[in-house]
Amino acid sequence: MLIFQCPYCGIDADETELSPGGEAHLKRFGPGASDEDFESYLFMRENPKGVHFERWRHSNGCGKWFHAARCTMTLEVFGTYSAQTFEPPQEIKDKISQKRPGWSWRNFS
Amino acid sequence: MKRYSAFAIAREAYRHHKGWERAWRNPEPKQKYDVIIVGAGGHGLATAYYLGRNFGITNVAVIEKGWLGGGNTGRNTTIIRSNYLQDPSAAIYEKSRSLYETLSQDLNYNIMFSPRGVMMLAQTQHEIRGYQRTVHANALQGVKTEFIGPKRVKELCPIINLDGPRYPVLGALWQSRGGTARHDAVAWGYARACSDMGMDIIQQCEVTGIDKENGKVTGVQTSKGAIACEKLGLVVAGHSGVLADMAGFRLPVESVALQALVSEPIKPCMDVVVMANTVHGYMSQSDKGEMVIGGGADGFNNYTQRGSFHHVEETVRALVETFPMISRLKMLRWWGGIVDMTGDRSPILSKTPLENCFINCGWGDWRVQGNPWVGLGYGRIDGQGSFPANRRVFNVALQRGQIYRRKRRSRSGALMEGTCKSLILQRPVQISHNPLNACERLLVNVEAGSC
Repeated sequence: MLIFQCPYCGIDADETELSPGGEAHLKRFGPGASDEDFESYLFMRENPKGVHFERWRHSNGCGKWFHAARCTMTLEVFGTYSAQTFEPPQEIKDKISQKRPGWSWRNFS
Repeated sequence: MKRYSAFAIAREAYRHHKGWERAWRNPEPKQKYDVIIVGAGGHGLATAYYLGRNFGITNVAVIEKGWLGGGNTGRNTTIIRSNYLQDPSAAIYEKSRSLYETLSQDLNYNIMFSPRGVMMLAQTQHEIRGYQRTVHANALQGVKTEFIGPKRVKELCPIINLDGPRYPVLGALWQSRGGTARHDAVAWGYARACSDMGMDIIQQCEVTGIDKENGKVTGVQTSKGAIACEKLGLVVAGHSGVLADMAGFRLPVESVALQALVSEPIKPCMDVVVMANTVHGYMSQSDKGEMVIGGGADGFNNYTQRGSFHHVEETVRALVETFPMISRLKMLRWWGGIVDMTGDRSPILSKTPLENCFINCGWGDWRVQGNPWVGLGYGRIDGQGSFPANRRVFNVALQRGQIYRRKRRSRSGALMEGTCKSLILQRPVQISHNPLNACERLLVNVEAGSC
């Protein structure tokens, strides 16, 4: 079972206390965007076997959204961080590099 | 290939069973094949089979990183049904179901198809209305289903508890010719038939790279060396994203784990398949007597082929109310499969940005019941190659204009309606009231490039 530390209330919450929210750091496209961008925003998703970044919500706790870095192969959690950011903090990236040298996800590495 | 028959059993009984031959060869890969299919599960092998049977293309390799039928083909709950609301879904799955009826004879291999009847319980007023609507749609589609009341439910499945209290059984959508088939026998039967046609099924051969030249695939790099090919079919379910990555294109697919379990074997107590959508659980009894129980899929990306305790608890807790007698059963086995989910739960059967590379994915949890049709349809695409130039027909990118009618992403993915929108053609095909005709026409249109 996945266990994340909620970056807001600081407690270790297990999967039953959380709700998954899909891929992190999506760039949103709305009215006025090109069809390709809108389509890609709606449907195209990263599906890595390895390092992945996601949004989660501490739904049965403080109720806040946060980001998590995780391995989809081993379910290892690399760390969690605030939702108010467009990219993973360097500290998280360093932690991942220690365990998965040479990793990349979209244009982050 | 020596045919299996009652006579063969009698003959071998006199020979101390020394005359049986291996069901399929286990060859080393050749330098080059006309078609390589990646993934020796139900869909991959069915594709190869219909490629050979309907198009005479037999210089084919089916390569598999693990063992034959060891992926999702061996990790499901074997249910076959076609009681779908949407025309394309009903057409595909009804064609598939009807192929299952004679598949044992066609393959000369007992796939143990058991059309024992599938019952989808209505446990809320909303579900009653939904299933009544499905029954009317099925009547127009030529799929035989009916809506039955609680009394009939109890007759068909005496172990059921109708009264709830939380989720009373108010009726059910009943498809009498739905049922189950032995999942690995389907893979084995196809494999035997393919091998007999001279195709190579290469197990324990993992694809590590895809060779490309000028927008065309020239071959694949594998753990058993490089293999060249004229055409490449990717039929790898949960690992579609990984293979697409190697081929250099993206898919609207995410991989999640779907899990199921069986109980210890008990005496025969239930001779129908029961699905309960409201509580996310479904159950049937295997020929060995085990109660086969399935639940929902994980809500997050996941490549681990294993389950999680809280899902088991949720599924079983919900089922215990409807089937009190299972409360003391012990769990015997438990497994997870990686299913490839599209955003709208509709499958993709498509050309790709690479000219001679085709993909079949996104079947999510409806894979088994689609086996034969997909093989038939996909075989056609692979076989013809010159499949209509209009990329939009079976497009990797979903159809624009239909994107607003989404299904909610849900952990009960297993039980949701697959709408097959990726298969819906840009210009609608005339779906006739006979699903078999509709299905044939879909394929004919595809062949003729008329859509």
